[in-house]
Formats: sequence, structure tokens, C-alpha cells
Amino acid sequence: MIANRPDKSKLYYPQMPTAWWFKKWNYFFFLLRELTSVFIAAFLVVYLIQIYNMGLGAEHYAAFVERFKSPGWIVFHVVALIFAVYHSITWFKTASVILTPHVGSWAVPPWMVTALHIAAWMVVSVIILLLFVFV
Amino acid sequence: MTQKTATLTISRFEPGKDTVPGTQSYSVPYLEDWVILDALNYIKDQVDGTLSYRWSCRMGVCGSCGMMVNGEPKLTCSAFIRDYYPQEIRIEPLENFPVIRDLVIDMSDFMDKLTSVQPWIIREKEKPVSEGEYLQTPEQLDSYQQFSQCINCLLCYAACPIFGLETDFIGPAAIALGYRYNLDSRDEGNDKRNDVIKDVNGVWECTFVGECSIVCPKHVDPAAAIQRLKVESAKELMQTLLMPWGRK
Repeated sequence: MIANRPDKSKLYYPQMPTAWWFKKWNYFFFLLRELTSVFIAAFLVVYLIQIYNMGLGAEHYAAFVERFKSPGWIVFHVVALIFAVYHSITWFKTASVILTPHVGSWAVPPWMVTALHIAAWMVVSVIILLLFVFV
Repeated sequence: MTQKTATLTISRFEPGKDTVPGTQSYSVPYLEDWVILDALNYIKDQVDGTLSYRWSCRMGVCGSCGMMVNGEPKLTCSAFIRDYYPQEIRIEPLENFPVIRDLVIDMSDFMDKLTSVQPWIIREKEKPVSEGEYLQTPEQLDSYQQFSQCINCLLCYAACPIFGLETDFIGPAAIALGYRYNLDSRDEGNDKRNDVIKDVNGVWECTFVGECSIVCPKHVDPAAAIQRLKVESAKELMQTLLMPWGRK
């Protein structure tokens, strides 16, 4: 406990400005990262609906997918893709903060942790892409 | 030769008289080796004795002289005027804290939060002095040493927008110091500390802006401490759900 506390009624209490995220680039990119989650969640909802439609038969599914050719859906998917990539990169950067792996007494540097995660992500993405193309 | 001068615009607030802080500009001699704290001391001694601010060691150890310098939280004993000259330098109290007077903030809320994480070694049973010290290997020391460098300067709180928005948040320094003792091989107080640290106002309030680690003058990484504690906390939750018989 603090013995001598100031008279609270005489203090000045500063308020956070509404647009605080414009104060620093770091704040802005943080908020952008949070915003990307909304688009990723929206994409996943669309994806679930797509899977549901797949279960309704080939003809029904073809008609459903046809709608994705409209400019609005193309823009949505492009934005969702960009945000998903951005979110994934920030996620892998976080991994280097959380994980501190050691090989013997050698501490793996944070940049390498991020790089290994991104490399693994690329490999998995390429495998999935190849499966879509050739299977 | 005319002495070069630097201009400092300083936030002023007189309790009981002002409702919001104002500013006052001062002209100080420009010297290559002066830090901002030197300029503040010059103003206090030579120009305006009413200016209030905290300082003590003048060597980046005590953590008293943290202020906003051109909108960035800095230790004014380590911020050189030459790095800002010839631009005007804006000095304000640390953000996200109530202001007592001029550049002096109210730290009592932080002190309560710091106490709540019990940042000291807790032993279930102390061994007698005759049995000697609690020894540690260099590896055990390494595991927590960076977190022990915190000087409670509160720059991380001033940089954290989450603390600014959610004042119940325990905040970066208190959590990092709690984590420091959790990692200490001599300590047995994790459970007591974790009740506070891993609570909703603890690590789960943090959304990982990361600015706390950027502004730390002692290169402590509070953001890392918080994220690692989140992982620990999530693991413990999963263990409790999947293996309830293993619950402590």
C-alpha cells in the first residue's frame, strides 16, 4: 500500500484520443492486424457455405460457384487473401517472440524461427495447390 | 560568439487551479553533451523554480525521469538535445497516467498493481542460513535475467494503448516482473502470482501491440513475457479440461 496518495480530485486525467491508432505506424499496423481477422472470419463463413452447397449436388454447386465470378466477390476474395497473408506473417512474427528454441546451448535466433515457420507455410500451401491442380 | 539556444515547450498543470494542462516555452543554452534532463534542471535552477518533475540518478538506472519527448516515452536523462535540435522539443508527462503537477504523474495505481504480482522470491519454507545460499547455474540465471533489468520507469505503460483504454490492465512491467520471478529457480510462488498475472486483467487484456518492448530503455521484452504467459495459461486450461483428474 502507498502511504501518501495524492488527492484524486486534484489530478488531471488525460483521455485517449478517439483516433489514437493514427498516432504511430505501429498502432496503425496493430489495428490493421486486428481488422484482418474480420475478413478472415467472413471468408471462413463463405467457405463453410461453399462446402454445404457442395453437398447439395454437382449442378447446385456449379450454380453457386458461378456467383463468385461477379466483381464484388472477386474483390472480396482478393482483399481476404491479402489480409490473410498479412495476418499470417504477423502470426509467424509472433511465434518468434513466444518460442525460444535451443539446439544444444545455441539459442535459435528469432528471425530464424519466423523464417522456418514461413517456409513451412509455403511448403504446405504449394502441396495444397498441387493437390487442387492435379487431383 | 552568440550562444546557441534550444526551445523546450513544457506541459504545465497546477492542481486546484488548472482544469487542463497548458504549455510554456523556455529557451535553454544548447550544449552538445546536454540531455533533456540537464535542460529541465537549468530551467528549474535558473529560470522558473515552479517547474515540477521527477529525477534522481541521471544515469538511466532509477527510472524516475520518464516523460513524453515529442510524443515518445523517453528517459530524459538519456535523450540528448542534439538529437532534436534545432526543432522545438515538446515535453509532456508520461501518457496514460493521471497528472499530479506539470510533469509529475500519479504512480500509485501502478505501485498497487506491482505489489499484486508479488515480485519477490516466495519460498514455501525458508531453509536455515546454515545451509547456505540458494545456488543457481548460469543457465538458470539466463532464463530470467533480461526480465530482471526492468527499472519501473513506466515508459512501457505510456506506450501501451491498451493500458490507456483499459486502466484495470496490470500492464507490461508488472507482468514482466512477475514472470521474472516465475522463471527464477529459487522461487516457489508461481501459483500465487499466476492468480493475478493470468487473470482477465492480466495477460489476457494484452492484444500484443508490442510497443512496450520497443520503448524499453533497458531492452526488456515485456511483450514476450506476456505472450509466453498466455501460451502457458492456455496449456494449463487445456490440461484442466482434458485431464481434470490432474488438476492441482
